[in-house]
Amino acid sequence: MDAILFMIFAAIAVICGINLVVQTHPISSALSLVGVMGALAALYLLLGGEFIAAAQLVVYAGAIMVLFVFVIMLLNAGAEKRPEIKPLGKYLGAPLLLVFLGMMAYWVERLMPPSSPVVFGAFQGGTAAEIGRSLFTVYLLPFEVTSVLILIAIIGAIVLARKEVD
Amino acid sequence: MPFGPLPAAVPPSWYLTLSAILFALGVLGFLLRRNIITVFMSIELMLNAVNLSFVTFSYVLKRVDGHIFSFFVMVVAAAEAAVGLAIILTVFKNRQTLEIDEVSTLKN
Repeated sequence: MDAILFMIFAAIAVICGINLVVQTHPISSALSLVGVMGALAALYLLLGGEFIAAAQLVVYAGAIMVLFVFVIMLLNAGAEKRPEIKPLGKYLGAPLLLVFLGMMAYWVERLMPPSSPVVFGAFQGGTAAEIGRSLFTVYLLPFEVTSVLILIAIIGAIVLARKEVD
Repeated sequence: MPFGPLPAAVPPSWYLTLSAILFALGVLGFLLRRNIITVFMSIELMLNAVNLSFVTFSYVLKRVDGHIFSFFVMVVAAAEAAVGLAIILTVFKNRQTLEIDEVSTLKN
């Protein structure tokens, strides 16, 4: 059952990822990215990351992608022109990419120590309680620094996007 | 990767392989696409792929730290998206274009 679920969501993620790259219109790419993020949220759930799965859906698929779609609509972005690809890249690109991915998969498989397969429910440490405890004890300083980062981002976005008033 | 009947549960390396595939797709989109918004979305795809690696290693090591890192990546991605899209808005206001090849003031 776990393997079937992994296969389904991995297939959705890969297909949506390929769609993101090949679509010419930005709005199609944005919707594909939402598909990738939804599939990844399901995979996080399989790996025992309840909180991260929820945050993935709320922060990524919700907030960030709404921002993207909003900007695409605002700028009325149309389909892009296809860049002409040199024949070398056209005929060698895809096979080389496949070889690269195959080698990468082989080495990941080789180098990973033999570990037990991923079973849903085997890791219970990803609850909001556990993450909160870790976040406010061990990772308290990074957490506080992050709030400063967010503040800087808010001010930067306002300064960059405001209308110039003379 | 062994072929044959599908096992009941997949090893963690399959998750890492999926993460590598998504990262490669992100790199591909970053290099091939000409629309500045799509390039930006490819970066988000790469960040997501790395997050999957973090959560997988968190599962393998049975520690929560990977989730925390993944959470920080999300926060930084949100900040980056806000600033990046503001920059895109400004570029569009000044240039009336979203093609990255036409925004080349810093070239040469």
